[in-house]
Formats: sequence, C-alpha cells, structure tokens
Amino acid sequence: MKRRDFVGLTSLAAGALFLPSLPGFGHTAVDPARLLEPGADVIVKKRLADAALNAAKTAGASYADVRIGRYLNQYVFTREKQVQNIVSTESYGVGIRVLVNGCWGFASTSVVTEDSLAATARVAVDIAKANRLVQKEPVQLAPQSGYGEVSWKTPIQQGAFEVPVKQKVDLLLAANAAALDNGASYINSALFQVNEQKYFASTDGSYIDQDVHRLWPTFSATAVDTKSGKFRSRGSLSSPVGLGFEYLTPSAAEQIAGPQGTNTVGYKLRYDILADAALAGKQAKAKLSMKSVTPGKYDLVLDPGHLGLTIHESVGHPTELDRVLGYEANFAGTSFATLEWKAKNLPYGSKSVNIVADKLQPGSVGAVGYDDEGVKTREWDLIKEGKLVNYQKIRDQAHIVGQKESDGCCYAQSWEDVQFQRMPNVSLRPGTAKMSVDEMVSKVDKGIYIAGAGSFSIDQQRYNFQFGGQLFFAIEKGKITEPLEDVAYQSNTQEFWGACAGSCDQSDYRLYGTFFDGKGQPSQVSSVSHGSATTRFNGVNVINTARKV
Amino acid sequence: MAILSKDEAQNILKKVLSFSTADECEATLNGSIGGNVRSARNSISTAGAVDNVSLAVQSRFGKRSGLATCNEFDDATLRRCVQRAEEIARLAPESPEYMPLLGPQQYLDGSRSFAAATAAIDPAYRAKQIGASMALCDEKKLSSAGFLDDSVGFIAKRNSKGLEAYQQTSYVGFSVTVRTPDGSGSGYAAADYTDATKLDAARLTRVAAEKAASSVKARAIEPGKYTVILEPNALLSNVDTSLLGVLMQSLDARSADEGRSFLSKKGGGNKKGEKLFDERVTIYSDPLNPEIGDLTFANDGRPQQKTTWIEKGVVKNLYSSRFWAQKAGIPDLPPPGGWIMQGGTQSTADLIKSTAKGILVTRLWYIRPVDPQTLLYTGLTRDGTFYIENGQIKFPIKNFRFNESPVIMLNNLEAIGKPVRLNGSLVPPLKIRDFTFTSLSDAV
Repeated sequence: MKRRDFVGLTSLAAGALFLPSLPGFGHTAVDPARLLEPGADVIVKKRLADAALNAAKTAGASYADVRIGRYLNQYVFTREKQVQNIVSTESYGVGIRVLVNGCWGFASTSVVTEDSLAATARVAVDIAKANRLVQKEPVQLAPQSGYGEVSWKTPIQQGAFEVPVKQKVDLLLAANAAALDNGASYINSALFQVNEQKYFASTDGSYIDQDVHRLWPTFSATAVDTKSGKFRSRGSLSSPVGLGFEYLTPSAAEQIAGPQGTNTVGYKLRYDILADAALAGKQAKAKLSMKSVTPGKYDLVLDPGHLGLTIHESVGHPTELDRVLGYEANFAGTSFATLEWKAKNLPYGSKSVNIVADKLQPGSVGAVGYDDEGVKTREWDLIKEGKLVNYQKIRDQAHIVGQKESDGCCYAQSWEDVQFQRMPNVSLRPGTAKMSVDEMVSKVDKGIYIAGAGSFSIDQQRYNFQFGGQLFFAIEKGKITEPLEDVAYQSNTQEFWGACAGSCDQSDYRLYGTFFDGKGQPSQVSSVSHGSATTRFNGVNVINTARKV
Repeated sequence: MAILSKDEAQNILKKVLSFSTADECEATLNGSIGGNVRSARNSISTAGAVDNVSLAVQSRFGKRSGLATCNEFDDATLRRCVQRAEEIARLAPESPEYMPLLGPQQYLDGSRSFAAATAAIDPAYRAKQIGASMALCDEKKLSSAGFLDDSVGFIAKRNSKGLEAYQQTSYVGFSVTVRTPDGSGSGYAAADYTDATKLDAARLTRVAAEKAASSVKARAIEPGKYTVILEPNALLSNVDTSLLGVLMQSLDARSADEGRSFLSKKGGGNKKGEKLFDERVTIYSDPLNPEIGDLTFANDGRPQQKTTWIEKGVVKNLYSSRFWAQKAGIPDLPPPGGWIMQGGTQSTADLIKSTAKGILVTRLWYIRPVDPQTLLYTGLTRDGTFYIENGQIKFPIKNFRFNESPVIMLNNLEAIGKPVRLNGSLVPPLKIRDFTFTSLSDAV
C-alpha cells in the first residue's frame, strides 16, 4: 500500500488544494520561528559538496552534481470563521547525481555529513553501474563551464516567514468574512509560502547558492441555495507568485479593470484579497441564477488569469522535449509537436502567436538564477509568428535537436528527487499595437469573455482540449450584455491558436501560475507561470455543461 | 531504517508519551522502504530507492493542538519533538471542531495487508521484471515505457487515552504503455498487488503490446452517445482522477449536509437512503478481503470495518470526520482505503461477445471535474479504443473526449463483469449504454 492510499479518501475531493494537513515524509514539522533561522553557511556547504564530488569521481563518475537543499514551507488553512491548520515544515538533505560510462545514477540522504555524502555518492555510482547493463542510449551531456562561487535570490521585499502567523490568519479570516458578508455560504482559504534554499555544486566547477521564494494566497467561495439544491463556487483570481508578502499589499497601479459591464478586476504583481473575496461572495451567489449558455460557435475574449492555463496545457506541455521524445509515454503522455512535425514547418498558430520561454521573469514562480543542473537561466522563443522554432531542453537533451546548450529547464521538487526537464515560464507576448480590453470587446459581434481558470482537460498528445473558467459574460455587438453559466469550450491546439486574432497591449499583461504542475514517475510537482494580455480567439466551439442527475 | 516490529515501534511510542506534559498526546510512527525503476524507449531512464521513517507527535492543551515530527529516535530527539509539539500547541488557536482523542479501540484481526515476498524485492527483481517487459517489446519491434514501484511499510499509533495500533503493509505496482514505432498505435496495462509473487510484468506487457499493434490505422467515427465497455483501467487509476474514484470520494456526509455535493437534498439534508443508481450497483469496503488486505484503522485511529456504501443502488452510508459524525448524529465512519464493487462472473471478452454495437475503452485520461453539482467530469479515451459489432472487435477507432457523470453512468448500466484488483480496490469492467462522447481527438 502506498502512502497516498493510507492518507486515503478525504472529505474535500473537489478542492485538492485544501488537503495537506500533515507534512510529507522527509518534511519535519517545526515551530514557525525555525523558518527564520539561517541554513548552513556556504563554506560548510562547499566542503560537504566537495566530499561528495570527490567520492563520486574516485568511484568512477565522469560527471557528478550535488544538491544540498533546505526546503521550508508554511501553509495556513482556514474555513469560514476558523483556522483549520497551520503547518510549518523543514526538509534538509542532499541529492547526488552521477554519470558513469554514459549512465545516470542517483541517491539521496538526509544525513548531511561529509562521510554520509561520500557514501551516498558511492551508492549513486553503484546504481549507475547496475543500470548500465540494460542502458541502450548512452547519455550525452551538453558541456557546461563552471561559474565558480555564485549566488542568486528571488527579489522580494518582505519574506513571508517574517510576517507573524497571526497576521496571516487574520488576513485570511477577514477575506472569509468579506465573502460571507457578500453572499457566500462557505469559504475555504489558504496561504502557501515556500522557500527553497538550494546549494548546487558540480564537477564542472560551479558552486551555486540560491534562495528562492514563492507565495500563493487562494480561496474558493461557495454559495448554496438550499431551496433549489443548487450550489456554485467562485475561486480567487490571485496567482502563485515569485514574490514576498508584499504581493498581499493592494496597489491601484497593479490592478486593471476587466471589460466594462463585467465588474471584474485583474491583478498584476499585487493582490487585494479582501476586495476579491467580497466580489467572489457576490458572484458565487449571482451564479445561482445566471443564464445557462446556448452552445455554439463564439469569439472568445480570454483574460490572462484564464488564458495562462490554456497556454500551459496546449503550448507548455507539448513543447517539452522529454514528452516529444517519448520519455513520458507511460504517464503524462507524448506530444503532437514531434521533431518530424516541426520539420514540416506547419503553423502552430496564427501570425499573432509569439510564445516565449523563460526562467527569469520577475514575479514569476519559475524565476531562478540557475537551474538544478547548474545552467544559468535565460529566455528563448518557442513559437515565432505562429511557427514552432524551439523546444524546452536540459543538458542531456540538447544534442538530440542538434544544439550545444541546455535551456536551463532542469528541476527537482526536493533534494530527495532526481532532477529532470521541467517546464519554464511559457508566455504569450502581448500585442505590439495599443489595444485595451474594451477596444477588443467592442469589435466582437457574438462572443464570450472568460475570466479565471476553471475545469481543464487535454489529451496525452495535446490536440483536443476542454476548458471552463470562473466567470463568463456574453458579448453581443461589441458590448458585454449579461453573465453566463455552464460554459466550457472544446477545441484543438492548432485550430485554437490558428484562430488567435490578437492580444491587448503590454498594459494588460499579467501572470497566471501554478504550484502543482505534475510530471514524472514517481510524480514530482513544479511551479510555473504563464504571462499574457487579454487575447481574442475567433469561432471557438462552446458547449453547455449543465446536466440533470 | 528497517521496518520496525510492533514491539520496537510501541516501545518508542511509549517513551514519547512518557515525555508528554500535555492534556492529551498521540504519537504516530510511520515508515516505508521501497524502490522504483522507470523505462522509456525500451531503456531504463531512472531508478530510485526510498527509505523513510517519521514520528509525528500531536499534543493538546484543551482545544489547542500542535504537531511536530522527527526522524531520529534517541531520547533527546524524542523529548525535543514532544516539547516542540507542546510549544506549537500552546500558540495555536482553539479548534471549534475539537474532539477528544479516541480511547482503546478494537481492530479487526487477520488483514492480509503485508506479504514477505514484497519485502524481499531487490534491484535485481526490479531489473528482471522491467527487463522482461523491454525485451518483449524489442522482439516485437515496439516501443515501451514502463514504471515499477514497490514499498513495504508500517504504521504504529499510541495515545495517552490508551489507543494502540500497529500494522504492516506492502505494495508492488507495474504499468506499461507500448507504442508502435511510428506512433500510430498505443496500448496500456497496469496492475498492483500486496504480494510481489503475483506480479508478471511480461504478461501485462503482452496485453499492452497487443493493444498497441491492433490499434493502428484507427478510423474516425462520429461523437455521440454509445454503448461502451469500460475496462477496469478506464474506471479507476492510481495516476489520474477516475470516474469510480471520484464517486467514492464524494460520499462525504459533511459536504452533502452543507448543500455542496451531488448527495445534497433539495430543501436541506442528504440523500442517504435514496436509490441513486442501478439496482445492480453494490460497493463496500472490507479490510479483510484477501486480495486487497487493507489497514484496519484509519488515519485518526478509528476502526475500519466491513462497510456497505452503496447497496443495490441505494446510498447506505456516508463517511465523515469524527466531529461531523457527532454534530450530525450519524454513524462514525472513516473514509475507506480500498473498496470493492460487486460484480458478476463475465470477463471483458464475455462482455464484448454480448454486445451488438459498442465501443471498448481500455483507459480514460486527464479526467477533471466540470460541474460538482452533477458530478460531471470530462476526459478522453486513451491507449486502445475499439469498435465492437455483433460481439466482435471490428476495428480500432480514434480517441474521444467524453463529458459524463458517474451518477448517470451507473444508472445506464447494461452489465457488470468480474472484478479485478486495481489501485488497492476491486473493480469490474462495466458495460454502459448512452455514454456521452462530445468530440474527437487525434491523439494516439
């Protein structure tokens, strides 16, 4: 039996978001004050790393890297007027990866001493040697010069752990009250705070110390009409961010109004949880009596808080080179965008589709200075004027597409997991011509404006997808007319991006993000952001999702 | 660290409780050892080992509770862990849903949740199993991606009210996706067991390989409502949301009573006691079932008993937290681990023979909620979808997207086959009429 089976069925199936209550294996529950204590000094970490690297080389490794990781998390969960749980955890240990005669080996340990690291390095070498017997394609690692001793830190203004727990609880409870006062019957809210203190060293001569911070305030407000038995929910319009607690200080300059007649608000790098919760309460209640959509073809105007998830699924995943090559065939799936497909130079989307990958964007959850195999991060084009021009790669994949360098996309969720190719931030460039969301709506004859991410599903090769949302508004003859319910759109990746009719300008640009992008077996999660401005797609098939049971 | 015996574990827990100065204290010791190996393109891609043991101490002062954990068990560490739990508890807000810790409990005896053969798995066993799978695909000129993982574990609990629990578990699972080299055919098979002697990766790979080879040149047929035979892998998955999984996860009393579940009743209350499904639908849990031997106690120490959840289409029981059971005055039932959907004797092949026109579905994928009000889910067929006519598989068909609710599905039941173990549950293949496919997918 697996641990996840033991944890078993839970009462909040609909909100997997709100599940965690006990720290996982390897994570130690600690006093919140512990999260403010510094980790080991870089001098100590360098000595430990060298012990592992030397042991690996002596045992026969041609390359080795060591990740000394201290992972600090604090999660606060509330519902209505009460705190459900406050969890502070620390996980500290070391993962060692070695290359022996073209075969990878990996081992990890929570005992962080020079002897233990040397022994763990030898275990990794033994595993590599055992696997070599059945290895058919020897690993070819793109060369990487060492950076020496360098460091990087997420540019935050206020570390979330420095804020007293009471202040965080009070903020969530105030948001809950705002939702309940405005029509919600129930609300769950949560604040996720993450700090990854990662030290990377490799036989290439890099010693990289990084301090990565991420934050995610979120809620789901539900309105119930007992008489009719109907219930509807509205999720928060926040996003996971690579920012400190300053994200929760509202700023008028970081907000942008949705189209006239929608009363929606989009958030950039600052979020007003109290205003959003109050609006969510009203909107959840209003959803109980909204008009159900008439299925058919509509022009869709998609807000960045919604479109980010569609970008994630229909561009982010199909351009991961490991999926393209078949390494995820048994789990996440493969990709339609194979090397053969790319060679045909077929359109991925219309000429207005320009999609960029990066691990740098300020405020994004994917931003780091260096990836988990010691490559300095950068920005590169995936789709230019509708054509696929590149993939997402790591060091042992670059040669497959005739390239000499990694894109810096390597990541492991913890010291105890092996690093592999993970999605960087993948974003749609905003339109270059000036265009506000009201101007965009004014040109739509029959359409639907969608805000916020909802239901999502896409096939294993990333052709056919279906997306819902949080808020839907009918557009008729250039005007928002009324809110709608039961909306989902079904399309095909190339057809959908081919129907892209342009984006609003940079002033409307915002980031969507997730903490829980899953891939690999055993499965690992990673955090990724997707930026865009509000964008129009013509003639998309909309279905009505209401049923009777 | 090795798997601790009952005495070893309880001796640590006794020591933990002796350090407690709180009103109530509960200690849980949890450990597992295991490993995994993953392949793609007929070659091993990654392999790993897992060895974890962790102690969780929950201390309570009145209605305040604190949790601390550690993974070393010398006296000083244990004492510090208890002190930390107590410090956290003193700072915590009072819980309005506080329930006193459970006292001594009587647990079922004789669950076959552990098999020594699984504890004996070594890297050579894993390499042999996955090697046989890869060799078979090499021979047939097919490409495989597989994953084998195994673990043995133990859990021990003890609290200051006299509760004492201990059990060992084991698990081994293998799944494989086999594809034709040109990517035009794909097949899947998966299985899991408590006892590793039952695992035969080559046998599963043959099933997936046959599906891959026979699914090339798939034809497109119009989306719409079809009679389908859903194989067990299409009904329950350990790597994705699944239609029967979400149904079982929805049997929660609190969300039903709060009006936010398909089990909520118009005007208030829940639908327990109502017939919501075809009368042939019976689902129960039984920790002593020999094929899916399960834990005899829940995470919070409540006993797991044989429990009927749905009987002849009627919702018989809902599970809940201890707090909600007391507040609502209902039976205090924890959610089950594995469960059993009662079936017949027919195999999937028998179900195909009795089908005039229909679709055989190997697997459903990327299943996500669309409307919690009706338990409507969407997802796609994957890795082997075939058209059936006059009791025979006629040709492979392109994959479909579906939008369907397990509640509607279990009302449109035509036939139930023989249950097989999957993800620690027993799941039969089902023949369903009017299953709703809403669009076509080019994915293979």
